[in-house]
Parts: sequence; C-alpha cells; structure tokens
Amino acid sequence: MRYLPLTPADRAEMLGVVGVSSVDDLFRDVPQTARRDGTVDLPNHLGELEVEQELRALAGRNRAAGDGLFFCGAGAYRHHVPATVDHIIQRSEFLTSYTPYQPEIAQGTLQYLYEFQTQVAALTGMDVANASMYDGSTAAGEAVMMAHRVTKRPKAVLSGGLHPHYAETIKTLAHVAGVDIVRQPAAIDGEAAVVDALDADVACVVVQTPNVFGTATDVAKIAAAAQAAGALLIVVTTEVVSLGLLKSPGEMGADIVVAEGQSIGNGLNFGGPYVGLFAAREKFLRQMPGRLTGETVDADGRRGFVLTLSTREQHIRRDKATSNICTNSGLCALAFTIHMSLLGEAGLRKLAALNHQKARALRAELAAVPGVEVLTPRFFNEFAIRLPADAAEVVETLAGNGVLAGVPYSRLDPAAGLDDVLLVAATEMTPDNDIRFLPRALARVLGAKEQG
Amino acid sequence: MRFTKDHEWVALDGDVATVGITAYAAEQLGDVVFVEVPEVGKVVKTGDGLAVVESVKAASDVYAPIAGEVVEANGALSDTPETVNHAPEGDGWFAKLKVADKAAVEALMDRDAYEAFLQTL
Repeated sequence: MRYLPLTPADRAEMLGVVGVSSVDDLFRDVPQTARRDGTVDLPNHLGELEVEQELRALAGRNRAAGDGLFFCGAGAYRHHVPATVDHIIQRSEFLTSYTPYQPEIAQGTLQYLYEFQTQVAALTGMDVANASMYDGSTAAGEAVMMAHRVTKRPKAVLSGGLHPHYAETIKTLAHVAGVDIVRQPAAIDGEAAVVDALDADVACVVVQTPNVFGTATDVAKIAAAAQAAGALLIVVTTEVVSLGLLKSPGEMGADIVVAEGQSIGNGLNFGGPYVGLFAAREKFLRQMPGRLTGETVDADGRRGFVLTLSTREQHIRRDKATSNICTNSGLCALAFTIHMSLLGEAGLRKLAALNHQKARALRAELAAVPGVEVLTPRFFNEFAIRLPADAAEVVETLAGNGVLAGVPYSRLDPAAGLDDVLLVAATEMTPDNDIRFLPRALARVLGAKEQG
Repeated sequence: MRFTKDHEWVALDGDVATVGITAYAAEQLGDVVFVEVPEVGKVVKTGDGLAVVESVKAASDVYAPIAGEVVEANGALSDTPETVNHAPEGDGWFAKLKVADKAAVEALMDRDAYEAFLQTL
C-alpha cells in the first residue's frame, strides 16, 4: 500500500474551506510560549540493540520510588500492588479493549465496570458512581460543572486545603462553562471556612479530606450549611485508602464525591495514567458526566449488563451532553476493581490501619527533630511539617543522599508563601528502619544549614 | 389547539397556553422514559429550549412554540413519563405558559394545516 500525503494544493483547498490561511492558524489558541518553532533535533535511526542500550542509559538516570527512602505523597501514593492485579489486567480481552462503543456485546467489560461502580459507591457512601473519569482532578472539574448545571448558579468556592493542582484543573475546565472560581487562601485546617463564602450565587463548595496538608475533616456541618444555602457539597479525596478508616463522605452529607483512585491497584507510573472516581446522590443521576453501567436481565431472564442513561452522553445529546468525556480509565479502573476485590472490606480496613500506624510513627520521630513543627492536627497517612529552612532546598539536599523526604508545598503552589512547609507521607510500603532514619538525615541537613 | 412544525401543540385558555408534543411526535420518539420539565417562573422566548424528552431511542429538546412565563409544569411526568405516549395531547402536557401575545398562538397551524404538513413529511 502506498502512502500518499496531501499535496500543497490539497492543503490550500482544505484551509480555504475552513477559512484560515495557514495550518498554524489552527493552533492560535495555543499560547506562543507553549509552541515550538522549527523541527525537533532528534538523532538518526539506530539498530534495535543500540536503541535498547540508549534507552537503558536514559532509564538509569531516573530515581524510582523504590530505589531509596521515599516519603512523597501529595496526591499520588506508593502502595503495594499485588502480582495478581498485573496478571489479570494483562489478559488481552482486558488489555486491548477500549471503552465499549457497542457495549452489550462486551459483557465481561460491563460486568467489571458494574463491580467497579458498586465498589466506588460503597467506599464513598454514595448512591451511584460512574464507570470512572481520567483522574481525580478532572473528576473534580466535572463535579463543579455538574453543580453549576444542577443549581444554575454561577460560583464555586474552593477550600484552602484543596490540592492546588485540583484547583488549577477546576479553573481550567470550569471557566469554559462560565463558572466563577473563588479559591480560599491555603490553610492547614480550614475546610470549614468555605461556609463563610456561601451566598445565593454559590453553586457548590469544594472541600478535601484528608486535604493536601493531610488534615482529615468531619464535613457534616459544612454539608448542612451548604444545603441550607442551596449549594452542593463536593468532597474530594486524593487518598482513597483513607476511606478504610475514615467516615465516608456520603455519611457526612456530601452531594458529589470525587477521588483519585490510583492508590488502589495502580502504581505511581510517573504521574499517570490514573483513575478518577465520581459518585453522587441518585437525584443528580441525570446530570452526571461519564459512562454508567447498569444491571438488567435479557429476554430469557438471565442477568446481564448494559450501558445506561446514555442520553446524557455526547454521541446522543451532542452539544447538550453533560460532559465531553465519552470514555473512562478502563484498565486503571479494572486494576482498582481487582485489588479492591482482593482486599475486601476487612483487608481495606487493615491496610488503612497500617498506613495510619506508619504515619503516626513517622510523626513521633519527626516531631522530635529540633526546629521541626508538625502542623497537621488530624491526619491519615500524610501530614505537613514546618522546617526552619526552605523545604525545597532541604528536599534537594536529601535527594542527593538517596532520600526523597517528601513534597515541598511550594512545588504545588509557589505563590502561597509556605516555602518552609514539607508534606510527608508513609504507607504500608515504608519500612520502620526508614521511618527511624529520616529524622536523623533531616536533623543532619538542618544542623549543617544552621552552621553554614 | 394549534401546532408547530417542531410537532408541539399549544392550547390557549385565557392568557395561559398549555404546551405538549403531538401524537405524531410521541409515536416517532417511541417509549418515553424521562421528561425534564421547566421550572415555574422561567421566562422563554419563542424557540428557546423549554423541556427535554427522552425516549429509549433519543433525547430531544422541546422548544417554546410561543414566548411566555412558565406558570405550571407537569410534575407528574417524572413518575409516569409514559403518559406522553398514552395521552400526548392530554395528560401528557409539559408546561403552561402565561403568554402576552395571544395572536402569536392564533398564527400557528390549526389541525387541518398540521395534518396537511404531516402528509408532506
């Protein structure tokens, strides 16, 4: 088969039809700073062996989470993924399938999505969950737009404990839908402050628990205040394992719950692909984004599954669809489902308890380091500490010694003025030895800084 | 009763117009499974989206055949959307609009004209 590219005349004709003068005009919406002029300087072709050697050398320059001491979290958590998960998701029926476009023929896919939804609904304490979103932050953006559709109000209030990347994503998505975003100043323990901003224009308040500083919050009072003001409460969770110990957002009165599901069944994977969880109260079902799997019976009365309420979706509702997501994070959702099935309710509780126990041990060790102050009052497996130095510099120094000590808050939100704040996390993967070693390494660096 | 080319009917009583979809439209849609009716107080211009009707086949917008303010919506349809199939030009009405321009209603097709219009489809 010959590949026949477009001729310059073909291009000119096509550009004429859409009414622009050059291909570059089609990219006008991309800021100049994000564009690249000219070609990318790539090496010439190489043989397979040379490519393999080259890539191995490149990979060797990475520092994987498992290569040394690791205390990073801030929205992505290093948990154990059982070998069974990888084994099952690599079955070709799962690995190669895309979101079902001729759904009922793919009963296996629909069944695991139905089980995924059931797990997410149970975990979040909500009535309904969809078949997953791209990740936690885009799910949060969708939740804000959904609240805007439900209440027909123009404003969304984001707490000072919401992960800054989530706040940015919400802003990016919701400004197109015409939602005004009010973001409260960064606060370690200030989720409840969103109620001060409630007025007749507020469509929703968005709070996070545990929040980006690790603080766990009982949101029941926020839910009551939001409800009284006619606004929806959106609860964000970036660490779903916490739901094994903490009261579910649904029990506390949330209207929409969104979460990052990476912690269950999915590795850190350089930051993606991840899986967004999205759950809501049943009365908002028709305003939900994304795909929904339902259970039914066939003509012979046998149990089966369908994609349901598709009339919300883009392929039917076109521009009036509830969202432009026409897919889901299928494979990551499958990994979540398998791991959650392996854990079961008791296993999840045990896993969560172990995480909390490790974090408590780490907190006790770090609190004893001279000059270090623990800021987070109530936490699950992550908390914030204040250092007597710039946190990013300390992290950089420790990284040189093979210790990834955590995430400096300034890395997430440089303008917040919290340059001395470090977020540290511990999970079931954190050995007790590492927990004892971190404060010593930290004390050495801080001591050296003081002398220097 | 007056009709539009979008297959809506309008029945005027005083200055209140009841709006629904025609028997032809209901049959074309198939089994109606959900109707989103407007909120009372909503003010619409002719051609604005007034309601959404969802069947097993499709979801369709219902446009306001005349301008007015919604004074009543058929809330019963949320529990029994199939009424739209059983009695499209009766109990299956969608909303009642208070209209300012009654002449605009009179200007729509009468039943004979609508039947003739259907013959052309």
